[in-house]
Amino acid sequence: MAEVDELQHTVLNGLHRALGAKMVPFAGYEMPVQYPLGVMKEHLHTRDAAGLFDVSHMGQVVLRGDGVAEALESLVPVDVVGLPEGRQRYAFFTNDDGGIEDDLMIANRGDHLFLVVNAARKDADLARLRAALEPRGITVELLEDRALLALQGPQAETVLADHNPDVAEMRFMDVTTLPLGGAECWISRSGYTGEDGFEISMPAAAAEDLARALLADERVEAIGLGARDSLRLEAGLCLYGHDIDGGTTPAAARLGWAIQKVRRRDGDREGGFPGADLVLSELENGAAMARVGLRPDGRAPMREGTPLFEAEESDTPVGEVTSGGFGPTVGAPVAMGYVPATLATADTRLWGEVRGRRLPVTVAKLPFVAPGFKR
Amino acid sequence: MKFTEEHEWLDAGDDNVVTVGITAHAAEQLGDVVFVELPEVGTEVVKDDEIVVIESVKAASDILAPVDGEIVEVNDAIVDEPSKVNEDPEGDAWFFRIKVEDLSVLDDLMDEAAYKKFIGD
Repeated sequence: MAEVDELQHTVLNGLHRALGAKMVPFAGYEMPVQYPLGVMKEHLHTRDAAGLFDVSHMGQVVLRGDGVAEALESLVPVDVVGLPEGRQRYAFFTNDDGGIEDDLMIANRGDHLFLVVNAARKDADLARLRAALEPRGITVELLEDRALLALQGPQAETVLADHNPDVAEMRFMDVTTLPLGGAECWISRSGYTGEDGFEISMPAAAAEDLARALLADERVEAIGLGARDSLRLEAGLCLYGHDIDGGTTPAAARLGWAIQKVRRRDGDREGGFPGADLVLSELENGAAMARVGLRPDGRAPMREGTPLFEAEESDTPVGEVTSGGFGPTVGAPVAMGYVPATLATADTRLWGEVRGRRLPVTVAKLPFVAPGFKR
Repeated sequence: MKFTEEHEWLDAGDDNVVTVGITAHAAEQLGDVVFVELPEVGTEVVKDDEIVVIESVKAASDILAPVDGEIVEVNDAIVDEPSKVNEDPEGDAWFFRIKVEDLSVLDDLMDEAAYKKFIGD
């Protein structure tokens, strides 16, 4: 564990402190877990209006070179070649066992690909990209002079349109370059809360001014990592290192939707990524385990690590909760976890062991909250 | 009102019955409370028994019995509405009432000034 004084700071660290945030170590960075509003109200505000998140700890990577899309397809099972300019797509790096090494966003920004990767996986991802792509003449550049903000919620569009009306033209997963407050921003209409919203990459030097300008809008509140976690959990979105990792495959994680036909069996560019045989065979034949949504019956949250049992009296757990807590919008505890595929049907009754007691829990459809994306 | 290092407050009433809750400082540190589990009325408890489970949006914590005694009443209102713990921790959102042998067991606990010093207020 890194000492507190070794933690990296995002360019907005001073702003978080000025806003009264409680700062915690996260993926090697000192980050705001909550502001004075508190996790519950920050969560609800994001679903009702708009929330501003500092996600500058995430890795922003630019790939350039002839055949960059084909080259990147050697690491991810998604269709990068067919990703149109000005569009973005969810992806993941796989390993030779078909496990997931990180999940990421890939944007086609014309003369280059722009990737956003998890903070905790930045070094591993860069090593993987460099090893595979540099020999093919692709340059891999980690952008350390750019900040990343996310503005999320049903009022994100009207808020951001006050700074540049052109953002209203964007659809879910569009990416473009637009000025905001004088700074050249790379904007995508996306996020990780299940709400409509934007992610804004900008020169680090411009970040505090833009953040302050957005926060000056009464519709916007600063939102910490606590609410970011409950928002993404209600939206049924995976958190790397918890719901997905090197030991979980795309089929088990129920992320098959992210693998387009062209990369599947009998597709024009079938396979060609690490672990392709296993990943593609599981997509056709099913995986033994499956990620599911879980709704505990009572009010007690079932947190990460809670063992799941098929019957109240069974000796051996059949699965485990990988993310769990209270869902402020649902108004009840919610969780995700892995269970055998045979027990993954909605409404299947299972038992979770909390503090030595077996409590009933029901397999539920994901997401828990309907998405607000502007398609 | 007396205080423990576990951030409980104890308020002695009639018939050796002591009302117990958590301090405003503790509620603030916990964050939004979403779940409370209280002991059953009639339970005999020993000091430092884990008798209450409280879960916030962040994590689960235990609350220990501050003294020996018998649980004579619990506050079901905070089970039904855990957010009351954040709204009025030192008032309406008391946790349980415990009957002790002798109120002198409270003598060793901190008074308000000592507790404020303890939390560095």
